[in-house]
Amino acid sequence: MSITRRAAIGASLGALAASPFLAAPAVRAQAPVELTFNYPIAVGGPIARIIDGYCDDFQKANPGIRIRQVYTGSYQDSITKALTAARGGDAPDMACLLSTDMFTLIDEDVVVPWDGLPGAETSWMGSFYPGFMENSRTGGKTWGIPFQRSTIVMYYNKEAFKAAGLNPEVAPASWAEQVEFAQKLTRRSGDTVSQWGMQIPSSGFPYWLFQALTTQNDVRLMNEAGNQTFYADPKVAEALQYWLDLAQKHKVHPTGIVEWGTTPRDFFERKVAMIWTTTGNLTNIKTNAPFEFGVAQLAAGRKPGSPTGGGNLYVFKSASEAKRAAAVKFARFLTEPERAAQWGIDTGYVATSPEAWETAKMKDYVAAFPAAAVARDQLRHAVAELSTHENQRVTKALNDGLQAVLTGRSQPQPAMAAAQAEAERILRRYRG
Amino acid sequence: MRMPRFLHAWLMLGPALLLLAAFTHVPALATLWHALFSTPTPRRPAVFVGLNNYAALAEDPIFWQALWNNLLYALGTVPMSIALALAMALWVNGRLRGRTAMRIAFFTPTVLPMIAVANLWLFFYTPDYGMIDRLTRLLLGWGPTNWIGSQETALGAMMAIAVWKEAGFFMIFYLAALQAIPPSLLEAASLEGASRGRIFWRVTLPLLGPTTLFIAVNAVINSFRLVDHILVMTQGGPDNATALLMTYIYETGFRFWDTAQASALTGVLLAVLAVIAALQFSLLGRRTHYR
Amino acid sequence: MRTSFASRLGLTLETAAAWLLALLWAAPVLYAVWAAFHPTGYATRFELTAPLTLQNFVSAWDAAPFGRYFLNTVLLVCFVTGGQFVLCTLAAFVFARSRSRWMSALFAIVLVQLMVMPDMLIVENYRTMRALGLVDTVFGIGLPYLASAFGIFLLRQTFLQIPAELEEAARLEGCGPWAILWRLYVPLAKPTYLAYGLTSVAYHWNNFLWPLVVTNSVNTRPLTVGLAVFASTDQGIDWAIISAATLLTAAPLLLGFLLFQRQFVQSFMRAGIK
Repeated sequence: MSITRRAAIGASLGALAASPFLAAPAVRAQAPVELTFNYPIAVGGPIARIIDGYCDDFQKANPGIRIRQVYTGSYQDSITKALTAARGGDAPDMACLLSTDMFTLIDEDVVVPWDGLPGAETSWMGSFYPGFMENSRTGGKTWGIPFQRSTIVMYYNKEAFKAAGLNPEVAPASWAEQVEFAQKLTRRSGDTVSQWGMQIPSSGFPYWLFQALTTQNDVRLMNEAGNQTFYADPKVAEALQYWLDLAQKHKVHPTGIVEWGTTPRDFFERKVAMIWTTTGNLTNIKTNAPFEFGVAQLAAGRKPGSPTGGGNLYVFKSASEAKRAAAVKFARFLTEPERAAQWGIDTGYVATSPEAWETAKMKDYVAAFPAAAVARDQLRHAVAELSTHENQRVTKALNDGLQAVLTGRSQPQPAMAAAQAEAERILRRYRG
Repeated sequence: MRMPRFLHAWLMLGPALLLLAAFTHVPALATLWHALFSTPTPRRPAVFVGLNNYAALAEDPIFWQALWNNLLYALGTVPMSIALALAMALWVNGRLRGRTAMRIAFFTPTVLPMIAVANLWLFFYTPDYGMIDRLTRLLLGWGPTNWIGSQETALGAMMAIAVWKEAGFFMIFYLAALQAIPPSLLEAASLEGASRGRIFWRVTLPLLGPTTLFIAVNAVINSFRLVDHILVMTQGGPDNATALLMTYIYETGFRFWDTAQASALTGVLLAVLAVIAALQFSLLGRRTHYR
Repeated sequence: MRTSFASRLGLTLETAAAWLLALLWAAPVLYAVWAAFHPTGYATRFELTAPLTLQNFVSAWDAAPFGRYFLNTVLLVCFVTGGQFVLCTLAAFVFARSRSRWMSALFAIVLVQLMVMPDMLIVENYRTMRALGLVDTVFGIGLPYLASAFGIFLLRQTFLQIPAELEEAARLEGCGPWAILWRLYVPLAKPTYLAYGLTSVAYHWNNFLWPLVVTNSVNTRPLTVGLAVFASTDQGIDWAIISAATLLTAAPLLLGFLLFQRQFVQSFMRAGIK
């Protein structure tokens, strides 16, 4: 087994020396190119089965290429594994990692841009929603191809809306309306609350949900070069004040940190009438909500808005020319409109190109289940997820500030100023 | 006679020493060495910075909080798990009804992988409809408490899980030690009219000395090492309320990829553990010398 | 009369306290049993009339190749524990018998490993594994743990208690060092092997990060890596299926303990050195 693999690699290296072009029939006949592809899910489960299917189909259509898919767990485990392997000189050839890992991967110098790889035409790289590309490009180059992507939407309990005298077909459209709805939806018995109006999760990665609020308040958190943040902008503190007020002033939102992982369950248990969470939760909520629910775009502040999220496809620097060409082929195969549409329908992730939404099967699906299109429609207002050089550290500064405010440790203004100072300290050397 | 003996010794020591050196000492020394340099990136090779990484730690409020949290965590979990382990062992070794079932109950947490069980604990700590809130409402009439989502209770909640995970494990060692105590000793004491409490303090406890040392060493090391549940449940949050040295090392090393800073943190952790180990061996070790 | 009443009351209270503690300790597992055998919707609602189902076990079993993972974990744990017994015994034997100052210094250096967190050395160790060609092998997962300072420390401590006269007698009978080790030291250290073996099995049964990093394929990954399917909370937590998976993976160990706990504890006792 390992002997044949080594022989295959040796042969492919030999073939590579003889001919730089993968498509040359002689090469294809004798030595398949093996492409290691890391994917951020654990083995098994429905998504792994879908990816396995794609790999098989691709190999059938391209006998010269063998995909070796490696499932690497959560996004966090995946980047840990990819970078550990890269530092050990054993990087994968291609991987799906968070779009926000872009700067980290560039700084570590382990990935190459897609531009200029054989077969990566501009028309293909331009075929995705611009909202998704914001996190995939920097310095005029495309580093990531959007694939497993998502955004934040609001899910609400239609029964609770009816009970509160609200029209179940209309979700709050503005921040003021959101508070008003939430007040009507909050049910108290004595001192305790039996149903909260709304909740926005704040454990783990509160910056992502907070970024929806800042976008709605018409302020950006970082620049495109990823070397400056704007946490100290008064509009940022204002957005945070709004979040804090939901809990402290209006008392329509649970106090303290709201757990991301249990938020869908809180919703099923009717402990909360409106929740913010990822579009990736659509299938889960559809299966498990014991009541009729609605999906809506997030309410607008000064303007509507939400960050995108999720994973992009990257090509690693250590991959040979032949492997890079194979990676382009495979990425193009994965993002073909028909396949992207089916992927979106099967998983709840947002199909990443407008063409995918124009396919017949997607149109039928949306007609039967209009909620699926909410995320797509919101993409017009979507911005890039917070991502900078030394991303995790700069993000942690914001996360800590947010949690300090939400747990009553600090006030919005000073907390955001402190977060900005920390981010500034880290990012200063990436400028000029 | 001397030569072969010397040869035997090295034959026996060789494999262990080789592996220890290859997978602990050399990489650990490399780590400490790296702490004296800046983190290398492809664009900026590492440069010698002396103790700058340690100086940066001294200025880092999160580091101080993690250190403080970790001391609290150790102070809370180590005596608690040892005391509970001893109580459990005495109970299941005694004449109480259903002690087999008890043994199983106490031992169960040991075999449940933390990565899965942390998610079950999330249910216990969930505000309002979580298990603990249901009980406190039923028994004490309390309202919902956000156990892991507020600064005051988050660390305590994590400590409770650690004690739960460890006490039953340590119980096994106490149980073994208790069963090794000759019954004649206890009978003799009992015939002399000593009360159960007296027998425990004067006879049983001293005999358990070596076991206690063993457990204490384990418990202290674990209080700095076992952080899986924190990584799954709070990632050190809210606002670093549950950040411990190990979670901060993990975060710095594998999220920030700042290997130099992580190396410096590791250096600090090593120093803390070395001090504690020295204290432990000199305090407990002296009293329990049985050679 | 009064003392007897008081002691009976004391015993009752103690029994009650013991039972309460046992209940507390078992609570997560009891909950897991409830959640695993009922449909997802009942994971947070406790109604006696809730319908029973095995669907959660089916879904959990399908979610990852747990059969294979189980085999890998057993192989790993056997390999690591077995290897540790051999290596640590040999090293501890030398350390226990040596009176040289150099040996004490060497022993102190060995003890440093007690305090070094293996997780911190992942990047360096990965590089070594790759150089040795051991990435993605069960052997590679276990190798860094084979030589354990903890094991050496424990066994040396035990060996030190063995009376010198016994060894003298054995030597007079013509036993060489290997025979002395095998016939005298090892049998007398049985409880230490049990205690240490238990620590080791529990550690490697639960270890996650290193196996995740150093393995790539189903053929080598242990159970914990499989369980991580359910641990990533991107789409919220499904307690029913996590419970089923937890019970599935912990069942063999629990069952083993249930069946053998008496022998287990007794063998500690039988081998007790007096």
